[in-house]
Amino acid sequence: MKILVCISHVPDTTSKINFTENNTKFDSNGVQFVINPYDEFALTRAMWFKEKQGATVTVVNVGNVSTEPTLRKALAIGADDAIRVNAEATDGFAVAKELAEVVKNGNYNLILAGKESIDYNGGMVPGMLATLLDFNFVNACVGLEIEGEIAAISREIDGGKENLSGNLPLIIAGQKGLVEEKDLRIPNMRGIMMARKKPLSVVEPTTSELATSSTSFEKPAAKSACKIVDNVDELVSLLHNEAKVI
Amino acid sequence: MSVLVFTETSEGKFKKSAFEVTSYGKKVAEQLGTNVVVLAINSSENEVLYKYGAEKVLNVSNNSLDTFNAKVYANVIKQAVEKENAQVVIIDSNTSGLYLAPIAAANLNAGYASNVIALPSSTSPFIVKRKAFSSKAFNNCEISTAIKVIGLAKNSYGIIENEVTGSIEDFSPSLIESNLTSTSIEHTTGTVTIADADIVVSGGRGLKGPENWGMIEELASILGAATACSKPVSDLGWRPHSEHVGQTGKPVASNLYIAIGISGAIQHLAGINSSKVKVVINTDAEAPFFKAADYGIVGDAFEVVPKLIEKLKEFKANNA
Ligand SMILES: Cc1cc2nc3c(=O)[nH]c(=O)nc-3n(C[C@H](O)[C@H](O)[C@H](O)COP(=O)(O)OP(=O)(O)OC[C@H]3O[C@@H](n4cnc5c(N)ncnc54)[C@H](O)[C@@H]3O)c2cc1C
Ligand SMILES: Nc1ncnc2c1ncn2[C@@H]1O[C@H](COP(=O)(O)O)[C@@H](O)[C@H]1O
Repeated sequence: MKILVCISHVPDTTSKINFTENNTKFDSNGVQFVINPYDEFALTRAMWFKEKQGATVTVVNVGNVSTEPTLRKALAIGADDAIRVNAEATDGFAVAKELAEVVKNGNYNLILAGKESIDYNGGMVPGMLATLLDFNFVNACVGLEIEGEIAAISREIDGGKENLSGNLPLIIAGQKGLVEEKDLRIPNMRGIMMARKKPLSVVEPTTSELATSSTSFEKPAAKSACKIVDNVDELVSLLHNEAKVI
Repeated sequence: MSVLVFTETSEGKFKKSAFEVTSYGKKVAEQLGTNVVVLAINSSENEVLYKYGAEKVLNVSNNSLDTFNAKVYANVIKQAVEKENAQVVIIDSNTSGLYLAPIAAANLNAGYASNVIALPSSTSPFIVKRKAFSSKAFNNCEISTAIKVIGLAKNSYGIIENEVTGSIEDFSPSLIESNLTSTSIEHTTGTVTIADADIVVSGGRGLKGPENWGMIEELASILGAATACSKPVSDLGWRPHSEHVGQTGKPVASNLYIAIGISGAIQHLAGINSSKVKVVINTDAEAPFFKAADYGIVGDAFEVVPKLIEKLKEFKANNA
């Protein structure tokens, strides 16, 4: 099995979100970037397949040079090699097109991604990639087992889950459940040392076409202060008469 | 030219979101000076959509579409787009909508904006406002392709009545093969799901242990609400993972969110920013949740919640 894990490079979950250049650019000043949390589940699952079933694991990111530390971290967790497509990731469709080239060139047959990037919350790259490649695709994946060419996959649905079966090649957009949170891998010292010597290749993008672009950002309007109420009678009355939600 | 709206049904009935996407689609069509066409798969109540502005309903009845398959559904959307010469496609953000929208967009060579919360601010260029950074900010996004796909965030536009005289047209798309087979569906039965709920009652580590969730469930059942929890609560195994709300859990876009014994960490708040009214019950007046909430009671959950249950029972009895 040749596994490709798609890694999105995002602000840490505690980051304060600010914008610069007249609210047209994300302000990365003082922001720490991490592997997208959903992609950590995908990467950890990939490591399991590598160790138990002898798969190779490549990690890929479409981004500029600033994302390399994030790819190195994925190598330190245990991926064999990394690819960076040297393009600014601003449009999900363009990212999917670049990833499709990487998949074709590397003949990967299992592509693990996250269900969304926590920065732009697009939830679009994996589904678009699968469609460009005509691979089987399962969104919001919470379980994946593979025997030979056949995959047993679970996806989250409202109020439960659906179990599916299908052949490789396959793309999944994963989340918690793919592995347990307590089993998520973090880099150890030896991994970090080894990661320095692992190959990280940079390839140039093949398309410059953008389907979408960001014109500006806004922050939510400041909220009015919380009304502190003394007793439940008052609360119920406010929820009924003022907020009109009960 | 037209605006195509995809609606979701469950056992022949429209999901509530179907009315919201139809209301929204009607307005977008007005902005573009064109008509709205609503695609309904295996619905037994198409006429109800007229009330929200559906001028034309494309009615697809086919037993093979009873089980949702994203690839097959996305292809049906593609055929409808071609038939109706649609330039904008609107899809809801239910689990199925989120799954099929990117597939439909790639099939149509269309730019896709998800989590959209308002009408286009301009149609040429075509710009929509969407949630980003886990609702910590909004992003104005221009879609520049000929066909545009919009994923409408739940509860963001609202259900707006706009009665029209509509018509129903039968549509029989050809169905493509999918190589994925659904083998079984497991339901966690009997509860309102977070995705569908108008009200969500959520508990945090302040509730001390799983044995104390009886009052949370009782409160939820009086309100017809779904139950939810903070991340540590599901990590500790007090509640199922499917209830974990927040930046790395489920997003909540309910009308009312009641947080009990939850501190209000930034990652938790990121998941509930889209809820309209937030109530917090916490012993610590300094808990960050009070900065994010609309109403708060500083008090011990073990005293406040039972009183609230009694009061709501009384309220329900008087307002029944
Ligand atoms: C990468 C990352 C992702 C994360 N993602 C999420 C996420 O998606 N969702 C999420 O929820 N968290 C997430 N977290 C965790 C988050 O940072 C907080 O740790 C968590 O939300 C705290 O949960 P809590 O409020 O239940 O517990 P605590 O922080 O322990 O707060 C308990 C609260 O209960 C109050 N309390 C105590 N006793 C009572 C009583 N008797 N009556 C009333 N109130 C009482 C206390 O005053 C306190 O405010 C994430 C963290 C990281 C690092
Ligand atoms: N720039 C990128 N490079 C590599 N993978 C990406 C990139 N953007 C998104 N992905 C993958 O696609 C998933 C969904 O991202 P998104 O569609 O941006 O919400 C992420 O969890 C990643 O696995």
